[in-house]
Amino acid sequence: MSNQSSQAEIVRNSLKRRYRKERRFRLYGILAIFLALGSLFVLFADIINKGHSGFVKTTVSLEINLDSEMMYLDDPTDKDQVSQADFVAPVIASLQEYFPDVESEAEIKQLGRLLGNYAASEIRDLLRDNPDLLDTTQTIDFLAHDRVSTYVKHADNPSYSIKLSEKQQEWVDELVEQGVISTSFNDVLFSRGDSREPANAGILGAIMGSLFTMLVTLVISFPVGIAAAVYLEEFAPQNKFTDFIEVNINNLAAVPSIIFGLLGLAVFINLFGMPRSVPLVGGMVLALMTLPTIIISSRAAIKSVPPSIREAAEGVGASKMQVVMHHVIPLAMPGMLTGSIIGMAQALGETAPLLLIGMVAFIVDVPEGFVDSATVLPVQVYLWASASEQGFVELASAGIMVLLTFMISMNALAIWLRKRLERRW
Amino acid sequence: MSVNETIASEAGRPEETIIPVKDPVDEAADAQSAPVEEGKTVGKPNVEDPKFKLRNVEVYYGEDRAIKDVSLDIGRNQVISFIGPSGCGKSTFLRCLNRMNDSIDICRVKGQLMLDDEDIYASKRDVVELRARVGMVFQKPNPFPKSIYDNVAYGPRIHGLANRKADLDEIVETSLRKAGLWDEAKDRLDAVATGMSGGQQQRLCIARAIAVSPEVILMDEPCSALDPIATAKVEELISEMSESYTIVIVTHSMQQAARVSNRTAYFHLGHLVEVNETNKVFTSPEHELTESYITGRFG
Repeated sequence: MSNQSSQAEIVRNSLKRRYRKERRFRLYGILAIFLALGSLFVLFADIINKGHSGFVKTTVSLEINLDSEMMYLDDPTDKDQVSQADFVAPVIASLQEYFPDVESEAEIKQLGRLLGNYAASEIRDLLRDNPDLLDTTQTIDFLAHDRVSTYVKHADNPSYSIKLSEKQQEWVDELVEQGVISTSFNDVLFSRGDSREPANAGILGAIMGSLFTMLVTLVISFPVGIAAAVYLEEFAPQNKFTDFIEVNINNLAAVPSIIFGLLGLAVFINLFGMPRSVPLVGGMVLALMTLPTIIISSRAAIKSVPPSIREAAEGVGASKMQVVMHHVIPLAMPGMLTGSIIGMAQALGETAPLLLIGMVAFIVDVPEGFVDSATVLPVQVYLWASASEQGFVELASAGIMVLLTFMISMNALAIWLRKRLERRW
Repeated sequence: MSVNETIASEAGRPEETIIPVKDPVDEAADAQSAPVEEGKTVGKPNVEDPKFKLRNVEVYYGEDRAIKDVSLDIGRNQVISFIGPSGCGKSTFLRCLNRMNDSIDICRVKGQLMLDDEDIYASKRDVVELRARVGMVFQKPNPFPKSIYDNVAYGPRIHGLANRKADLDEIVETSLRKAGLWDEAKDRLDAVATGMSGGQQQRLCIARAIAVSPEVILMDEPCSALDPIATAKVEELISEMSESYTIVIVTHSMQQAARVSNRTAYFHLGHLVEVNETNKVFTSPEHELTESYITGRFG
């Protein structure tokens, strides 16, 4: 009896220590989660803080008298004349109306610099498309010069240096007050390709490039990956050779992505003579990179199909092919899709292999097909982040936000698909 | 069938199912070491006009000999049960009958296995055709995660047994009726089969097996995952089906073997020790091992 009670005491005494241990262990877990969430939060906060202004554009809204004499232009459809014409003059004239005391050549030049470099070509394009507008007065929204934009958006932010002269700052303040200079949602970002001028640079080219590249990747890697997984899992004999293939597929998943870029350069471009900088080749390289991920996750999904289902189908006389097609693949589909979409999301964020096949070029035109020169979102972010003008800093962050949005949407799609397919079965 | 009826039918089992009890203590020690002569089966392994004629069957898993020189006839439209301790090879032997062992790479089958005088393991033999004739019900209910209707219709669909929807509907209905599931399932044929109770799932699996009109149904411990009421229903079903099908059932429950089968085969460590009419096996076993097993001294 006394023996028993002493044993109970020993247990009781040890309990305290055990619970202490458990509490400590739980604390570690919570700390780890906080650390992860905290760094994620800091990262997001920093990107949003830097990038949100990238979604805002600064416009200068001016009434322009499209005077034919001032521009030395009678016929806006005549190419020779257009190339000789002075489209800056009406802009200057319009600005001078706000600041009549500006007269010296130097000051006029400074005044003109309030607008982006493309103001003149905007007027030219407008007249070329609508020759009737000659000798009329039109209100035109010009994109402000990068420096003006920085000044308007970040005048109070010490991390930006203001590169406007005092005079220019006064003018800008005046124009802002009069409502001539205003900020609005940056539709340019989503409607144009890259540009040397931050105010004119858009991400649409990169989005389309990514889209075409991902399409190629998907079309190649999804069917090939699933076919390989199904064969290896269901049909392949168990021998040294299939073991060898299996080991190599697992190794491929760990190969640095830039190696795939080298492969693409050597095989697709140099050997097969395919063009550089195009989504077709980029997609093929990324497909090679994504294949191991898809194969491994698909095999895991196939393995997780309970053998009882296979037996059931075989028991009623289904052939191997029917077992696979009617039961194994449908049941494994959610897992295979999840793996594929995660692989695709990885490919979407990949830069290194694309650098080697020339998708890092400065490309202004929005690609319209698989063999147009293009760049992709992460490469565009890289290009902007390494550009010298201040205006590109916020664009790079805005680009990251766009890229993250795409990734989160893809992952959400993966979750949704899995949930939906699982419910069906 | 209601619960009361089940209990009533349990109570009304025939006399022969009562298992003779002997003093278990002194005989238990030497029971497992009792000699088994290879290929020597006591009782009556042969019957007139058998459905299966199995001669000198040996099954190897790699180097392991799981079935050792077994010869046995399985009678037409009879129920035969395989009993024996775990690992004695009865499931392995059962799976030879429709070549379910094929998917195991290291498994080899030797000997002569004839279904209606056709060699099951002949190289020209199409396993799909064989399995359409020899259906199978497994230990764990394994309905497809599809609707009840699709589960039953699957076999007929892949074999092309029904060309029109109406034919298929009819097959599904008659199969479910035979499996005693029609009344419970007719209003929810589109419901997912995995949502049914274990007993219903197992009867659905039986319905699925009989939907392709097999001649033989193999059952691998069909009731081991079921409660007594569901078990009673399945057993009743087996008794009904025995009129039109040849049924081979592996079971761990000697009571079940006694209740449902015409003949009983006792396996021990890969040997077929004894085969006979069920009542003979249970009332007057000829072999010492059989006697020890059925009286519960080991197993």
